[in-house]
Amino acid sequence: MKRAALRLVLIFGIAALLAARGFPQVKSIELPGDNAMAELKPGPGVDVVRAQCIACHSTDYIVRQPRSDAKRWEGEVKKMISVYGAPIGEADAKVIVNYLAAVYGPAPADAPKEKKPTKSGPKAP
Amino acid sequence: MSSHFPRSALSRRHFLSLVGTAATVAGSGFFETSKAYAAEDLILAGRPLVRYPEKTDLILLTSRPPQLETPMHYFEQAITPNEAFYVRYHTFPPPTHIDLATWRLRLAGHVEHPLELSLDDLKSQFSPRRLVAVNQCSGNSRGRSEPRVMGGQWGDGAMGNAEWTGVRLQDLLRRAGVKNGAVEVAFRGFDDPAAQTIPHFAKSLAMNMIEESPDILVAFEMNGQPLPTLNGFPARLVVPGWFATYWVKHVTEITVLDHEFDSFWMQKAYRIPASPCGCVEPGGTVAQTVPINRMKVRSFIIFPQEGARVPVGRPVGLKGIAFDAGYGIDSVEISTDDGDSWRRARLGQDLGAYSFREWSAPWTPTKRGNFQLNVRAVNRVGESQPSEAAWNPNGYMRNVIEKIQVIAI
Repeated sequence: MKRAALRLVLIFGIAALLAARGFPQVKSIELPGDNAMAELKPGPGVDVVRAQCIACHSTDYIVRQPRSDAKRWEGEVKKMISVYGAPIGEADAKVIVNYLAAVYGPAPADAPKEKKPTKSGPKAP
Repeated sequence: MSSHFPRSALSRRHFLSLVGTAATVAGSGFFETSKAYAAEDLILAGRPLVRYPEKTDLILLTSRPPQLETPMHYFEQAITPNEAFYVRYHTFPPPTHIDLATWRLRLAGHVEHPLELSLDDLKSQFSPRRLVAVNQCSGNSRGRSEPRVMGGQWGDGAMGNAEWTGVRLQDLLRRAGVKNGAVEVAFRGFDDPAAQTIPHFAKSLAMNMIEESPDILVAFEMNGQPLPTLNGFPARLVVPGWFATYWVKHVTEITVLDHEFDSFWMQKAYRIPASPCGCVEPGGTVAQTVPINRMKVRSFIIFPQEGARVPVGRPVGLKGIAFDAGYGIDSVEISTDDGDSWRRARLGQDLGAYSFREWSAPWTPTKRGNFQLNVRAVNRVGESQPSEAAWNPNGYMRNVIEKIQVIAI
């Protein structure tokens, strides 16, 4: 208890000294966890996507992409494997592409049509 | 030096090793509040506002790796505050624990005398250079590409403007004594990707480009303060006029090469069509590419914001910024009738050719209804902005004339 207090005093003493110098000698930060608002939509293969894709990046990387057909999603999955070395087998890659094309495909029946990303609305006539 | 601890183990360990002012800075209450960015802008609407260490509330693009976007209202002033400056990492985890007792900048390779410098050495052994420069992500505004493209779906806030203080790269190279036959200089930070297979982030610049660019810095201060950790503490490269992909954060290794640098991030990524506009037919494919380089001229209306309501018959002070690759802004024009007629805006203080240039223009709406406000800038060598967006498959270098709609009531 006493030692802990001493340690604290010491730490804050050093901190105050360094503050006077203006430049921290050691910097430590703690990053928050993943964006909980970017959940993957349910669909066949979502568990494989969770296990494979989310090992390296958060879900917001997926759900914020433009809706794409199987060919374009396959290109992305292949890039993850060949460029970034994601250890994803052929069978799983197929499951992932199918999931993405079905759930984040061009014109899903269950989702409203995507709006154009331009800032302004239609031009006045 | 970089941290490989699982994030759960990180906090206690680092709290215990807390030394230094504001040294351990944790974000607070991230998603509990579920605050979302309330914007008319479809690319940004609904994205969470998050507070990362040493940062204010920024718009979250992705959390792993961290990518945070600056809300546009910060650009009402030419200088972007450190805490509001955008964040972009390629790999995860970024450095989260940095100890200056062991941090060194190493300059080696095709040189006479390899250097190994502490931060104090950098500050005390070279004359400091200060300059204001825009740092803009190559993919800033990518979310607005039409047809849309894959990649980080940024709005327009992947940019910022700061006063950088550091040491000239030319001075460092002079001290090391570059040998004859040097072709390129490579830069690498000490962030390590989670997996060995992921290409380590590293970039290079041509030796002849560096020789002509006395303003390339290894910067250790940003707006008079140490760099925020997520902007590259303790030092980053500053390449004024060039896209931010070259501004390597946490720089620790500078290597002079007698050959072209072989890196995924130069040879495969961050490449643009070899055509003069860096573009192809929208939706088209690219035959030949070159590494992305200088920024194009851009300008933005910052006030009022998209969708704002303004009263008829009362003057509105339109405000914004313009910038280019360092020739400097010659003029800014605004249109309140969607490009039918244009008039000159008043330019604000000149903070240097690489800086944001503020502009302002009074406007009094004379009737009710929707108004399309446009802005365009011309730089001192006559480069301007196109009325139709140039397109490339990676969504780089957008610089179309910006338009916003406001409603006079």
